Amino acid sequence: MIHSTRLAQICDMLIFVREVMTPWQAKMIITKKKPFESLNESLKPFKRVFIIGCGTCSTVCQTGGEAQVKEMAERISEKCAGYTVVESPCDMRVLRRDLAPKRAEVNSADAILSLCCGAGAQSAADFTGKAIVPGLDTLFIGKIERIGNFYERCRACTDCIILETGGICPYSRCAKGLLNGPCGGQVQGKCEVGGYTRECAWVLAYNALKQQGRLEVFRKYRPPADKSKKPQEIITK
Amino acid sequence: MNRVFSKLMSEIQSGKFVYTGEISPGKTTRIEGLIRSAGVLGKHVTACNVTDNPRARANMSSLAASIAIQEKAGVEVICQMTARDRNRIALTSDLLGAAALGVRNVLVMSGDHPSLGDNPLAMPVYDLDSAHMVELVRRMVDEGTDLVGNRIDGEVRLHVGVVGNPNADPIEVEIAKLERKAEIGAEFIQTQAVFDIEVAERFLDSVEGIGVPVLIGIMPCRSFRTAEQIEKNVPGIRIPQEYLERLRGAEELPDLASKEERADFINEEYFSSMISDLRRTGRLAGAHIMGVSYNQIVGRIVEAVQKREGGKRSKRKG
Repeated sequence: MIHSTRLAQICDMLIFVREVMTPWQAKMIITKKKPFESLNESLKPFKRVFIIGCGTCSTVCQTGGEAQVKEMAERISEKCAGYTVVESPCDMRVLRRDLAPKRAEVNSADAILSLCCGAGAQSAADFTGKAIVPGLDTLFIGKIERIGNFYERCRACTDCIILETGGICPYSRCAKGLLNGPCGGQVQGKCEVGGYTRECAWVLAYNALKQQGRLEVFRKYRPPADKSKKPQEIITK
Repeated sequence: MNRVFSKLMSEIQSGKFVYTGEISPGKTTRIEGLIRSAGVLGKHVTACNVTDNPRARANMSSLAASIAIQEKAGVEVICQMTARDRNRIALTSDLLGAAALGVRNVLVMSGDHPSLGDNPLAMPVYDLDSAHMVELVRRMVDEGTDLVGNRIDGEVRLHVGVVGNPNADPIEVEIAKLERKAEIGAEFIQTQAVFDIEVAERFLDSVEGIGVPVLIGIMPCRSFRTAEQIEKNVPGIRIPQEYLERLRGAEELPDLASKEERADFINEEYFSSMISDLRRTGRLAGAHIMGVSYNQIVGRIVEAVQKREGGKRSKRKG
């Protein structure tokens, strides 16, 4: 018994080192805090609120880690029923494990305040059956350079083609999501959307493919993609 | 692919130097002005582009205006269609409607992003891009089907053109993109406005191998202020100092009428000389003159080019 607990702790530590301690390489769900005033307004109908943070992406973004969860608990202290940071709330197994010691506090609450991404928030809603108040807005799947510098890198399009585009995702990095860019809106490799501050994805793709000696791939016509994306579920029998 | 459905394509293929103009429907239900303007333009141009909500401003539909212009002004149109606001179902549907009601030329483009327009929170559709729209038209015309092979009842008689930007920097990326569109079956290229003849020549050199006829874009400026605005608001565009200085000079004239007459004269001289010189290279199929609210200048430029060439009609190479 002691051994298995110890093993679980070591596993937790390894996961923490992998997921949290290496933010310079992380690709994660990027979130931002909702303004406290509007959040407070959303919390008004509820008397007791349990706060759930996320030990993975929101911790790295500093939007729903230990420090932000504690800070929120203090700000809404008069109605806070308790709080915890679930290691990865989007994983139902981990959510169940991490909420088990807090069952009484969760049960005493009439709402859950989620400081997690949309997936984590909905898992918490599913698991607890309580009203869920999202405290964060989910922005994108992105690259983290450092805290405060986040870059969108993936739209979960279901058909990755970055081999053909020099490692640049046109869906998340071209404002129009073109498959045969660039459009006429780039000047010296900068995109007109946002006032010529961001790089044009298609000029980046051209330069990358040129450097790799694969320009014929750039010239290739990419036919219309399947954009019929419906709600996704994967159920392995 | 070799069938000819429009006057524009017939003249281009015969080697005649063609002129096209531009009409831009506004946020209005009044169509009389557009028809009048198209009627004036029609005396000087082979066909007239009808814009599809440029700068992503929600204006009168280009398709509706195109049909009205063809029917009431008797001027052939090049109906502009962007990928910005419609998915492939709506685009196919509008192309069928256009073909059914007599539109014979379309110019496809991705379209300015909604965030630059007057409904900046609108969803950018871009289900297809402009290259896909070329494929869509080709399938409709050549195979009588939509993109996925569903049969169309009746012939689709359309020509499809694309936009090129001679001011693009880096230009090599632009050329690679045009090569791609030509391969899929684009039939003509109309370019963004060019003021600098060297820029136009460099572009014509670069696209010569592609083998798609090019109509160079010309945008006469009514005043020095307009030219300044264009230079400020259209990044990447280079307006030669000589042209700017001459327009600035016109501003110093005492009354409005002489200022306007001077500006007209400058535009007539500057652009007719540019078109004439470019035409002499034998690599240019025509000129697309974007007068829009200054369409009275179009006739003067066209006539001035003819005068410069002494009425001679030089044929294009190839």
